[in-house]
Amino acid sequence: MRRYEMICVGAGPAGLAAAIEAARNGVQVVVYDENDRPGGQLFKQIHKFFGSQEHRAKERGFNIGQSFLDEAQELGVEVSLNSVVLGVYENGALNVMIADRIEQVKAQKTLVASGASENMIPFPGWTLPGVIGAGAAQTMANIHGIRPGNDILMVGSGNVGVIVSYQMMQAGCRVAALIDAAPEIGGYAVHAAKIARAGVPFMMSHTIKEAHGKDRVEGATVIQVDDSWQPIPGTEKRFEVDTICIAVGLNPMTQLLRMAGCQTAFVPALGGRLPAHDENQETSLKGIYVAGDVSGIEEASTAVIEGRIAGLAIAHSLGYLEESSFLEQRTQQYTSMKGLRSGSHGERRGKAKEYLNAVMKGTMDAL
Amino acid sequence: MPSESSKTGFLTEEELKDSPGVPTAARRQKGPVVVIECLEDIPCNPCESSCNVGAIVVGKNITNLPHLDGDKCVACRTCVYICPGQAIFMIDESLPQNRASVMMPYEYRPLPEKDDIVTALDRAGKKLGDAKVLAVRQTKKMDQTATVTIEVPRDWSMRARAIRLEP
Repeated sequence: MRRYEMICVGAGPAGLAAAIEAARNGVQVVVYDENDRPGGQLFKQIHKFFGSQEHRAKERGFNIGQSFLDEAQELGVEVSLNSVVLGVYENGALNVMIADRIEQVKAQKTLVASGASENMIPFPGWTLPGVIGAGAAQTMANIHGIRPGNDILMVGSGNVGVIVSYQMMQAGCRVAALIDAAPEIGGYAVHAAKIARAGVPFMMSHTIKEAHGKDRVEGATVIQVDDSWQPIPGTEKRFEVDTICIAVGLNPMTQLLRMAGCQTAFVPALGGRLPAHDENQETSLKGIYVAGDVSGIEEASTAVIEGRIAGLAIAHSLGYLEESSFLEQRTQQYTSMKGLRSGSHGERRGKAKEYLNAVMKGTMDAL
Repeated sequence: MPSESSKTGFLTEEELKDSPGVPTAARRQKGPVVVIECLEDIPCNPCESSCNVGAIVVGKNITNLPHLDGDKCVACRTCVYICPGQAIFMIDESLPQNRASVMMPYEYRPLPEKDDIVTALDRAGKKLGDAKVLAVRQTKKMDQTATVTIEVPRDWSMRARAIRLEP
């Protein structure tokens, strides 16, 4: 059985940031990722990031991803691709399927940074080819250079919906409309403004009624909803589109953590049932840490900071980092995080994170 | 996000009128100056850190709105291509014959060329009319965000915010 000091599950922004921070302090790290490329979602983020300089603002996501990879490599972090972690067990053992063989490995500390998956909504015709997740459309266009379709209906006005709409137009698609059952746009106003001025109509309080087509999407009918989210008959509108992108939120991929028996709590503001964790990102299972979307849906920049905190905490608990230095660096990370978890979009997430910390401490009950 | 634009996606002139990123009418008539159309408390400050003359202030709390000091702005256009939200434009209302220019960030391809006639659009994507391209700039440090400057009638200077290449 191979033994490591630290195993990261997931080579996205959280996992890589944790690996870098730990390796910088001398920890021996391996990162497993089930994909054939590292970077998680960073390499399809072709837009410039928000935040301030310390969060790599104004840099494009894929460039940030590349610099994380370079840094990890320089520090001797082992990144094992096509490696699916099948189970995390309490004694630090993990089963990993690498290509076609299963290995048992053991770590003193494990960080689960497995990310999230896209939510779907069912409606008549939703299984037709041409109904795809907005994240999938983004992968097709920005990673593989393939336009998912020519005429798109975007469902969902959160940041994923507005950003992917813009990127689809950059790829040469027409976005017929962006609809959302909510009465107000969920994403950043500046992202919405970018596509509004390009002529994309926003239809708030509208949901999708059905997708048309025999073998693939040939159109879509949307319908207005009332204050109780009920469809209003007679308000149907049909669009001639060949693609329907679904951007209705993300769901944390907590399967490994729940299998291991982590305490969880239900936190709708962060995307669903989540592992409780403390200020070091450690879960109720000693030695198992979480960071990034799996511990609550936020952004790449917050995932990086959570990863750094986990990496520092792991280096400290393994004896590589002195208490005073650890606390000082952790304070720096939380100061940097504070800006990202404030304002009308971020504050709610910050409060929800505090609740997860309180559940862990036992000062609040887990819902 | 203010109420009306939270349903339509675009800011109205009314919402922008007295906002902290918009220069005064007196300053606008003097010559080129930036217009910051950012009215939401998102955590972001590259406009401030990229401004070499201190004309844009966000402050310690990065969710503050950017405040423009129009008298300090030297119209260097750096913030126009730096802003990750593409919310900053540069306008010049001092052109002769009641004309004005509007510079906007542009990330679609192909780029238009100087002297092309394009269609100017307002914040809602509605057609305003034809506009001539005065300049297209793209350098390495702009990191793929080009700037396109169009010439428009002066009363479109606070309205024209996008272009469509085909008429």
